[in-house]
Amino acid sequence: MKIHEFQAKELLRGFGARVPRGRVIEEAAEAAEICREFGGRCVVKAQIHAGGRGKGGGVKLAASPEEAERLAGEILGMQLVTHQTGPEGQKVRKVLIEEALDIDRELYLGVTLDRAAERPVLMASRSGGMDIEEVARTDPEAILREAIDPQLGVLPFQCRRVASGLGFSGATARQIQAAVASVVGAYLETDASLVEINPLMVDSRGDVYTLDAKMNFDDNAMFRRREIAELRDVHEENPLEVEASKHGLSYIKLDGDIGCMVNGAGLAMATMDIIKFYGAEPANFLDVGGSASQEAVAGAFRIILSDAAVKAVLINIFGGIARTDRIARGVVAAIEELAAADTPVEVPVIVRLEGTNVEEGRKVLQEADFEFVVAGGMASAAERAVAALGA
Amino acid sequence: MSILAGRDTRLIVQGITGREGLFHALGCRDYGTDVAGGVTPGKGGSTVEGFPVWDSVAEARDASGCNASLIFVPPPFAADAIMEAADAGVELIVCITEGIPVADMVRVKSFLAGRNSRLLGPNCPGLITPGEAKVGIMPGHIHAPGNVGVISRSGTLTYEAVWQLTNEGLGQTTCVGIGGDPVNGTSFIDVLELFAEDASTEAIVLIGEIGGTAEEEAAAWIGKRLDIPVVGFIAGATAPPGRRMGHAGAIVAGGKGTAAEKKAALAAAGVLVVDSPAEMGARVAAALGG
Repeated sequence: MKIHEFQAKELLRGFGARVPRGRVIEEAAEAAEICREFGGRCVVKAQIHAGGRGKGGGVKLAASPEEAERLAGEILGMQLVTHQTGPEGQKVRKVLIEEALDIDRELYLGVTLDRAAERPVLMASRSGGMDIEEVARTDPEAILREAIDPQLGVLPFQCRRVASGLGFSGATARQIQAAVASVVGAYLETDASLVEINPLMVDSRGDVYTLDAKMNFDDNAMFRRREIAELRDVHEENPLEVEASKHGLSYIKLDGDIGCMVNGAGLAMATMDIIKFYGAEPANFLDVGGSASQEAVAGAFRIILSDAAVKAVLINIFGGIARTDRIARGVVAAIEELAAADTPVEVPVIVRLEGTNVEEGRKVLQEADFEFVVAGGMASAAERAVAALGA
Repeated sequence: MSILAGRDTRLIVQGITGREGLFHALGCRDYGTDVAGGVTPGKGGSTVEGFPVWDSVAEARDASGCNASLIFVPPPFAADAIMEAADAGVELIVCITEGIPVADMVRVKSFLAGRNSRLLGPNCPGLITPGEAKVGIMPGHIHAPGNVGVISRSGTLTYEAVWQLTNEGLGQTTCVGIGGDPVNGTSFIDVLELFAEDASTEAIVLIGEIGGTAEEEAAAWIGKRLDIPVVGFIAGATAPPGRRMGHAGAIVAGGKGTAAEKKAALAAAGVLVVDSPAEMGARVAAALGG
């Protein structure tokens, strides 16, 4: 789960980070008054979940309250396109009006899971404002790393080592140490999967501010983090993916035209791969779950078919514990249910069933009042799905 | 021969009075596994489908002499269940549960350090030694005893691979699902080491997926230490970066963990990498036939 910049800053403030004064608005008319309050200059920042907002024109400096109101009006409601949004962009519904500060230095602080070490790692660099991946690629030596013991949190000597490693001493170093403690504290206490302050800004007086912040969370831990779960903004998510999650389906929209319905995440990825292998593109990732119940299959059909790009559907089910004849009956019932609801399935449906009771399962499909294309293996299923696009 | 589980496996099921736990306890017993009973706190002293139920893993181990535990406990309580089994000294702990918070698994890993228990999973199908013991949720009948070892981060994709092998007339020594989470108990290398020492394993199928660097680490180990054929497939070549593909660990983050990198690392180590998941079985057959 992701949250907005202003929410991440609010959380980090609670863990001791110094954050610029700011207010979130949805009406441009409120911008001028806030700007006046901040001394007549401010930054107007689009609040969407994607990165790269500045380059896309979603972050602007206003030199007067009037300009703040005008810029807020331009940014609110725009379809902001960044390298992370896709070409259609993301609609801006909120802007953060923040006091403008004099930037002297920009640093990077981040905490994430080090999968190889199986514990959190703190990363810091002097190249604030850049993607840490970019720094890792071009100058890996420039990244300071501190392994975090999740039981102990970040230790004071580690905070001191980071501050001095970044080249600071005195009062500024102490403020950097507080920022380090805040990112690690926020990571450990909220079940975050990523916390970043980028940039961590040092102003001309040597004061340290969280200029931009990002936090992602472990979805599996949200059951015990109600206050975090409430920060979810479904406007920022693909509506089909939101719908799928309500049905307990794991669905990700992609750019191709063959809809996929598969049981199991690994097999679902492999099915996407084999579609590509035979020269076409998958329209989605969709895991209907190990048992592929009738309800799950019907829900999956509705979601796949509400993507207008889908020209054929490939169902790949390996019936293990769940018998394939029962799954086949579920598929047929789902199709009948959709026809009865006046939303019949009108694209070719290629089905590959394998596993327990497969002969019986294939018979169910052949006897159904719907023309399934029944395939024997994964390869022929993919070939037939690709061929169906041309038909 | 086999690894990790066999005729001497004596199994308990943690969460045996739940729907999933009972269903699969029966499935394992029907396959021929020696299932001693199970654990559900608060239900000790009762029986379910002929299985004795104990309140704690320690009691279960004292009473039954079990050496393996299969866990179906819901995510909020699963980490505790794993640590309880390790504290009781159970040698093999297989956790099926999907959806355990990463922070919990980080704590579990530090708890397991220095203890004699091996954890497989979580978020995995378990393992099976065909004809001997099933400690998991896989359909037993698609397997056949033989000489191919299977290791995978996936569930149904593993069944797919096994089915292809069985249809090629190739049985399996042991099939091990290590799970799809970013922090798990047993790595590819741990299982490869066991297969390398198992004289009856003559070839290995390794099924990886996007995310992390476990496949790259396995490739480095294979290049140095293994001299039997390994056929590899990496799922997720078409997955978009930054998106979690069902499994918590299946994500290309910061340009790292792509299928292309993993395939290249495996190929450089001499692994026979297939681009089509339909060719796993045939490739093993060709490697063993030639």
